[in-house]
Amino acid sequence: MGKKYASEKIAKAIFILFAIIAIVAVCSITVYMIKLGTPALSQVGVVELLFGTEWKPTAAEPTFGIFCVILTSIFGTMMALLIGVPIGVLTAVFLAEVGNKKIVMIVQPAVELLAAVPSVIYGLLGIMLLKPFMYNLELMVYNDISEHQFTGGANFLSAILVLAIMILPTVINISTSSIRAVQPSIKSASLALGATKIQTIFKVVLPAAKSGIMTAVVLGMGRALGEAMAIAMVAGGAVNFPLPFNSVRFLTTLIVGEMSYSSGLHREALFTIGLVLFAFILFVNIFLTRMIRKGDAE
Amino acid sequence: MNSITKKKVRVSDAFVYGLIYLCAGISVLLIVGIIIYVFVKGFSQINWEFLTTTTSILKGTVGIAGNILNTVYIVVLTMLLVTPIGVGAAIYLNEYAKPVRLVRIIELATETLSGIPSIIFGMFGMMFFGTTLGLKYSILTGTLTLTLMVLPLITRNTQEALKTVPDSYRHGAVALGAGKWYTIRTILLPSAMPGIITGVILAVGRIVGESAALLYTAGSSDLLPATAKAYLGKILQPGGTLTIKLYLSAQDGEFDVAFGIALVLLVIVLVINMGTKFIAKKFDVNRLN
Repeated sequence: MGKKYASEKIAKAIFILFAIIAIVAVCSITVYMIKLGTPALSQVGVVELLFGTEWKPTAAEPTFGIFCVILTSIFGTMMALLIGVPIGVLTAVFLAEVGNKKIVMIVQPAVELLAAVPSVIYGLLGIMLLKPFMYNLELMVYNDISEHQFTGGANFLSAILVLAIMILPTVINISTSSIRAVQPSIKSASLALGATKIQTIFKVVLPAAKSGIMTAVVLGMGRALGEAMAIAMVAGGAVNFPLPFNSVRFLTTLIVGEMSYSSGLHREALFTIGLVLFAFILFVNIFLTRMIRKGDAE
Repeated sequence: MNSITKKKVRVSDAFVYGLIYLCAGISVLLIVGIIIYVFVKGFSQINWEFLTTTTSILKGTVGIAGNILNTVYIVVLTMLLVTPIGVGAAIYLNEYAKPVRLVRIIELATETLSGIPSIIFGMFGMMFFGTTLGLKYSILTGTLTLTLMVLPLITRNTQEALKTVPDSYRHGAVALGAGKWYTIRTILLPSAMPGIITGVILAVGRIVGESAALLYTAGSSDLLPATAKAYLGKILQPGGTLTIKLYLSAQDGEFDVAFGIALVLLVIVLVINMGTKFIAKKFDVNRLN
């Protein structure tokens, strides 16, 4: 009997230990990111680093301003959402409300597969398909402007398109389940009052599913902010102000691109970029999700 | 004329319907386009030599065997580590946990962990496992980093699976005098097994497709170990997975190799997707992505 009791106790202790690992992991990642990211902040200066527009880490007199990089990440994410969310929500409307069962059976697995495609494949396809297209577009737009630095198609616009595609599955999946969770009775009420199906969807169902769709947007935002490899392959390699045909660096792609050859203060500045990204992600995931939940409760 | 017997077609409605169908079509076109394009571009690259040798100028071979081995190493080691931890954590949260506060904190931590981008895991892994613990660029560094990354996936899928086990099973076991651990071992885990396996398969998919967290933790070596002993020691050596090789090949302009790897990855992804479908169908489980 005593032995049995002991095994029960040991099992419980091990399970608690395993459960606590998640807390330990989050805490140590936070501590490490702060520890690694702050030296450059104090050495370069908070304002110069965060709001400086010159990023020349390997120059004789190096400057470490990441303002353009921050703007690129923010604008890039916003633009990707602007393209991805409407397409995603309408696809979700199709899956949950409009589509007949047979077509839904084709679209749903397609969305699942889209989510499973590794990001380097998106990057590779971006290089092969988007870049030549963008280069032609660039040639057309900047035909007469000699001071434009040609990027060969690796630019902000390419990165936005890749991001928009990559957030689609997230937006679609969560929106679909929130639309499906809307009570059928309010739908019936709307239809019974003479509203058409489309009116019902846009005036009754979507407003009722609002908080779920907002969650989808927030998660898509997190996904876009954190994506690294796919856009590292199509966004170009120079830090510039985020204009459509500029070669740009995102917070993530700057780390991917320069970590391997960086040293000293340059490396510490990259860790600061990591810290900025981490802060953005925590803000999006914890603060915005909270706000949505609070709004939902009211 | 408006009439209740005649169905009126609203132009705006028809337009919106068209838009909805168009958007739904985009996802299908995208995935079908990706699959066809990668198969067409990558198929000519795939042959026995490509899959079983490493790239060598001396021998004149182009191959990804080293990367396949590294991928297998990282997948197997990570799953060996993360499955017990994730399942254990879920068991604690679902079956034991009493202190509401602690459960809330653990769940918040798990949620936060699942939202952290892989590049951050990569930086943390590089500095903590690689530098502080002295494991350098190695398969083990990559494994430990990925363990933290996929932990939430396993925990949440197991939790969902445990929630679907009816309470009457637990009450029955208690009534028969079974202890908690005994109940978990003999009743709850077997009942939740399909859900747990689905979580494991999804985690394997995530690891196979991962790149940003591995570039600066597991490194990029693509050689095969020379001796049988070296196969064991490989764990402490750097090793790039298929995704890393794809990225580096694309950077170097070796698009043939890149598409060959893309095809291999895509096949793995398709198989994994079908695997989860099969389990879900067979056992009717709910799952979280």
